[in-house]
Amino acid sequence: MRVGASALQLEKRSRLLTAIRQFFLSGGFTEVETPVRLIAPALEMHIDAIPSGHLFLRTSPELHMKRLLAEGIAPIYQMGPCFRADEHGDWHRTEFTLLEWYRLHADYKDILTDTENLIRSVALELGSAKVDVQEPWVRMTVSQAYRRFAGWDPVGDFEPDRFDGDMVNKIEPALPPDRVVVLMDYPAEVAALARRSPSDPRIAERWELYMGGLEIANAFSELTDAREQRLRFEQCALQRARHGADVYPMDKAFLACLEAGLPDCAGIALGVDRLLMALTGVRSIEEVQAFGNEGKG
Amino acid sequence: MFSASDLRKGLKVEVDGHPYVITEYNFMKPGKGQAIYTCRIKSMIDGSTQVKQYRSNDKIDKPQLEEKSLVYSYKDGDNYVFMDEQYEQILISGDVLGDQRYFLKEDTEVDILFHNQLPIGVELPIFVERKVIKTEPGARGNTATNVMKPATIDGGYELQVPLFVNEDEMIKVDTRTGEYVERVR
Repeated sequence: MRVGASALQLEKRSRLLTAIRQFFLSGGFTEVETPVRLIAPALEMHIDAIPSGHLFLRTSPELHMKRLLAEGIAPIYQMGPCFRADEHGDWHRTEFTLLEWYRLHADYKDILTDTENLIRSVALELGSAKVDVQEPWVRMTVSQAYRRFAGWDPVGDFEPDRFDGDMVNKIEPALPPDRVVVLMDYPAEVAALARRSPSDPRIAERWELYMGGLEIANAFSELTDAREQRLRFEQCALQRARHGADVYPMDKAFLACLEAGLPDCAGIALGVDRLLMALTGVRSIEEVQAFGNEGKG
Repeated sequence: MFSASDLRKGLKVEVDGHPYVITEYNFMKPGKGQAIYTCRIKSMIDGSTQVKQYRSNDKIDKPQLEEKSLVYSYKDGDNYVFMDEQYEQILISGDVLGDQRYFLKEDTEVDILFHNQLPIGVELPIFVERKVIKTEPGARGNTATNVMKPATIDGGYELQVPLFVNEDEMIKVDTRTGEYVERVR
């Protein structure tokens, strides 16, 4: 295939993008476009940004979108290219399309309702190859999944290497292939930018969506506490330095916006290429991107 | 040393002192977690396979591989004697050569792959021509290529040939599969 994806896949991709925009338009969302080249990509332990001149290509539009929320511009969504260094495989490409949306005065459960409505409505448009998205979604806490499939509980007694290894080798392969699965309430150690649960500080209000064992989306009740956010960035910067990874500058404008006060809010990042893979039942991300076969690595 | 991000299908690596080639490669990165590289590796010595998993910070050994062009001289018991440019003799056992040993021809050059100075394999021309030294007479005029019979070629290797191939005729053999290709006129 000289252009990567087939004509049929590109036609489905076009219908998916249109259906997504239609969904958010009728839901009263504002579509936004934030910078692609950033001074300060979000500090995360295992996400590496690709340099672009003296800036970096965005790994996600998250921090800029939250700054719009702080200005009262809400609800908002954005769909566009994001870039992550050294990610290549059947499920990964260094360049991919991320859909993110955010709501003010909402939490991760409200975002789950949005996600159910979105995926069910786009599946009506495109069909769904293997996963029945109209059936009730399976909700499982991370603690339940690990106790059941890996024989231990990462909540309260977290081991990072074991957690990641078991996720790939034990949890993901055990998820039902024909149902949508939501893994909820991650250990606070892997909260990323999620707030801790007010009722149980050992867990973060974060969930991940799986379709046929393929991870599709990651959602949070957003962390809005400026002090804790700065602390997490600082710890992450130290940890990255210790592992010899690049340490990106701290996003001062974002921290200033948290200090000025960001109301409770929630949001999600959803991989559009992977959603199309899951709906159409194809194995490799190359098959759903035009020219997905070019410029690997 | 390789780092995990160098891993690719076809890359040659060293595991526990043995050379392997990566035949399957899978990159996984669970949400916000570290990258996990799952590789199926195939031994370059005995062809056995196993699955290995690597993390981002893992370092993987690079095998010390060298290819030399040597001239095949003669067979000595179970060993095959090759000569390098300095007329040094190098002995390679029949086990290392496998079925390839049947397709060696005296005084011709072949590429031998060495791992840590030890020979581990031979690369022959893809096609060689050999004389059929033994086969049952076939039906005259039968040019069907789908009906096969056993034959022995010069050097002692046995393979299947079409019915119309006779003793003393030359045939072309594919050294990768050891299979008959065509009769040579």
